[in-house]
Amino acid sequence: MQGAEKRGEFEAAVLPHLDAAYNLARWLLRSEHDADDVVQEAYLRAFRFFGGFRGGDSRGWLLTIVRNVSYTWLRKRRPDELVLSLDEETHGREDGAPDPEAEVLRQAEGQSVKQALEALPLELREIMVLRELEGLSYAEIASVAEIPLGTVMSRLSRARSRLRDLVGSCLGKEAPR
Amino acid sequence: MSCAKPRELIHAHLDGELDVVRSLEMEEHLRECTTCADEYGTLRSLRSALSVQDLSFKAPPSLHKRIRKALRVESKSEGSSWAIGWRWLSAAVPVAAVAVLALAVLPLLGRSGGDDRLIDELVSGHVRSLMVEHLTDVASSDKHTVKPWFDGKLDFSPAVVDLADYGFPLIGGRLDYVGGRPVAALAYGRHKHFINLFVWPSPAASADEEQATSRHGFTLIHWSAGGMTYWAVSDLNPAELGEFAGLVRERAVPPAATSG
Repeated sequence: MQGAEKRGEFEAAVLPHLDAAYNLARWLLRSEHDADDVVQEAYLRAFRFFGGFRGGDSRGWLLTIVRNVSYTWLRKRRPDELVLSLDEETHGREDGAPDPEAEVLRQAEGQSVKQALEALPLELREIMVLRELEGLSYAEIASVAEIPLGTVMSRLSRARSRLRDLVGSCLGKEAPR
Repeated sequence: MSCAKPRELIHAHLDGELDVVRSLEMEEHLRECTTCADEYGTLRSLRSALSVQDLSFKAPPSLHKRIRKALRVESKSEGSSWAIGWRWLSAAVPVAAVAVLALAVLPLLGRSGGDDRLIDELVSGHVRSLMVEHLTDVASSDKHTVKPWFDGKLDFSPAVVDLADYGFPLIGGRLDYVGGRPVAALAYGRHKHFINLFVWPSPAASADEEQATSRHGFTLIHWSAGGMTYWAVSDLNPAELGEFAGLVRERAVPPAATSG
């Protein structure tokens, strides 16, 4: 039967990447419940488009869909987050200026790196997750995030310096002298 | 003290995205420049801080179940419409046309995982060469300069053709490393685009048809001829890169035939 056969192939190729898909959605949306919904929606969409998938990098293909569904979701339910980070993208924020979200997060102690990552603006958080947690190459990130390679490099550089500022005190101890 | 070295290069070094030559240069620079060495040290401790805790979220088992269930429902509804589609197709399209279609699709299905890795490596090679503006080790539009440059650096001699008259000027050549071996990379231009032509000896003596594929928005065309394997990689459209491949194929005479 056609449907069952397609489903079998799809599950073999794409279900193994569920953790990666969930991790990306969870970091983009910062909510367990929303990540569940978005990942399920992304899988259904991927299944419908599976006929057009030519083989190759199924993880990158799935992550591109997860990212698109996450952004659509944010645009509908939390447009403020997109506006804020796009604004920052063009005008820049003065380093060290108080970020209300980061301030709140920093009040709880003991998980500073995680909190700092969570406090990064959307685009910078996304690029750190793809590079540091999922281990994607620059070319893979460019393809998943649909941005030119030069933007991958400049965003990564900005993301790391923001993150360094946020967790600065902890790093000082580890840095080689 | 500040350093003029682009910050992005330090990140690219940390991420293992530089080619061998640039990476060695960067290591040497880090030994000499304290500004960059400090920066690199901080970036490394940032990375280790990120890896100390497991920051990745794992999908809950309930989500796995939910998705499988949703897929079952989806495939049932899709299955019925597919069946109708097939019945329509078999009635309306002559059998011969379907057979031709199947033949056209077969080479795509038969591609092995080894090829996939190779394609990734070729695309990375192309991307790296553009990223650090390290397109060439020997920059010359003269094939009589580029070809001898490879002598002694490789255990084979790649054919170098001049295609300036056809709108694909030769930019130069460099060494690259693909599939675990050193290969010749020839750089050509096309308006504002670049083409990397990777060449190395192939075990198969027979000439293969050209095969086009794409990855991460790049086009790749592969063929072999005269005991050599050729891969052209570019962000050009498949038609223009196909024209380039056809020209190289016509003009690249196997080195054995030219000597003497």
